[in-house]
Amino acid sequence: MSTELTNEEIRRYSRHVILPEIGIDGQRRLKESSVLLIGAGGLGSPLGLYLAAAGVGRIGIVDADVVDESNLQRQVIHGTGSLGRSKTESARERLAELNPLVEVITYDEPFTSANALDIAEGYDAIVDGTDNFPTRYLSNDVAVLLGVPNIYGSIFRFEGQVSVFWAKHGPCYRCLYKEPPPPGLVPSCAEGGVLGILPGVIGTLQATETIKVLLGIGEPLIGRLLLYDALAMRFRELKLRKDPGCPICGDHPTITGLIDYEAFCGVPAHDRSGTTHGVESHSHSYQEGNGMANSEITVEQLAELRKSGEDFTLVDVREPHEYQIANLGGMLVPLSQIESRAAEVPRDGRVIVHCKMGGRSAKAIEYLRSLGYTNLENLSGGINAWAERIDKTMPTY
Amino acid sequence: MGTNIFIPTPLRSYTGNLSQVDVEGSTVEEALQRLVTAHPGLREHLYDDNGAIRSFINIYRNDDDVRHLSGGSTELGPGDAISIIPAIAGGSAQ
Repeated sequence: MSTELTNEEIRRYSRHVILPEIGIDGQRRLKESSVLLIGAGGLGSPLGLYLAAAGVGRIGIVDADVVDESNLQRQVIHGTGSLGRSKTESARERLAELNPLVEVITYDEPFTSANALDIAEGYDAIVDGTDNFPTRYLSNDVAVLLGVPNIYGSIFRFEGQVSVFWAKHGPCYRCLYKEPPPPGLVPSCAEGGVLGILPGVIGTLQATETIKVLLGIGEPLIGRLLLYDALAMRFRELKLRKDPGCPICGDHPTITGLIDYEAFCGVPAHDRSGTTHGVESHSHSYQEGNGMANSEITVEQLAELRKSGEDFTLVDVREPHEYQIANLGGMLVPLSQIESRAAEVPRDGRVIVHCKMGGRSAKAIEYLRSLGYTNLENLSGGINAWAERIDKTMPTY
Repeated sequence: MGTNIFIPTPLRSYTGNLSQVDVEGSTVEEALQRLVTAHPGLREHLYDDNGAIRSFINIYRNDDDVRHLSGGSTELGPGDAISIIPAIAGGSAQ
């Protein structure tokens, strides 16, 4: 590939080229650069769009997912016409339309320990736009092992974090957080929700840092964690330091190759909306946790139970705003209030507990059992399973 | 003079949706203990079974990680603020 800019490129990138900090040399450098995007979702959308528009010569995109209706509220690289199609193909098409002068390489597969180093080898930077801890630790470790920067962004509801992890020059993700939270202790994105614009802000900040790092201009976010709170509309900055005891980038690293990240995090990395993957891991861990016999009930069994006229109490541990979207008429005792409101749950008779997908109800049951409850059953798959298999007129969310 | 503790979004359901809580305390640990006494639901999210701060949660005094200061014994002066910053994973699918 010629590294000289064509006249067409000079015209297209003229607003860059006239910036003294970029100029012809900088734009040529972008053309020679390559970036690997992990994830073509909420963060990957603005990242892909801006990096392609900016003229980054080679953009790799890893994602095994397909475009789902619930993605379109924030994943603006995809459109309604792409529903059901692979995210990498949908993104490739959009980027080709935006800027045919950049090369887009797609990897329509999960990013795993088995393929990560092969995929990432040769890229100048890795951009972490993933949605789960196993892939975040994997992206970090790949970047450390290959010696390239890992442009990090993460979001939750109305809040985001951005940093540049580059072990050569500063801390890595493991210096910040040695271990991920155990499953179930923090709500998943599907349960927690996210403001659609939030990944737009955070992904655009990551794109800015990516361009700066590729060009070697400005002050990159190395050793700094930028926090963004959309509701307060406030940015804050915290100092990060390299941890000499870091297991991968410290003075005496104990991790010298990729590990089993799903085992490390205790969760599957590649669950999909609409499946019970995450739910299984939640209920699994609570069964292991207290050694109780499995007392799950399926939505089909609950439908039969309702018809039979047998007496039982249904407890819904979701939040009131979720109850408004759809409910089964259960007694609402949100998991967040379970400690103060446990007494409302009857200790006698049959009690069936449900949430959206089965994870929070498993946690509620675990807590109530610690108080001596013995009459609780978990509705497997939650109200979403009910909507999918029993009452198809009910909305899912 | 109280210390302002910043509560991150994932933990706000345990503080009745408060994003900031004011507590008294001369050290970081003292302030955090007052916080979990006032909001008991937070305890298991901040501390592990051995009473140590969980490894996926970092505590900052102003903009410094207390792990690089004196940990829980890090002293608090007038105007100092504490931030609780958990690991969050969201970003793409779902």
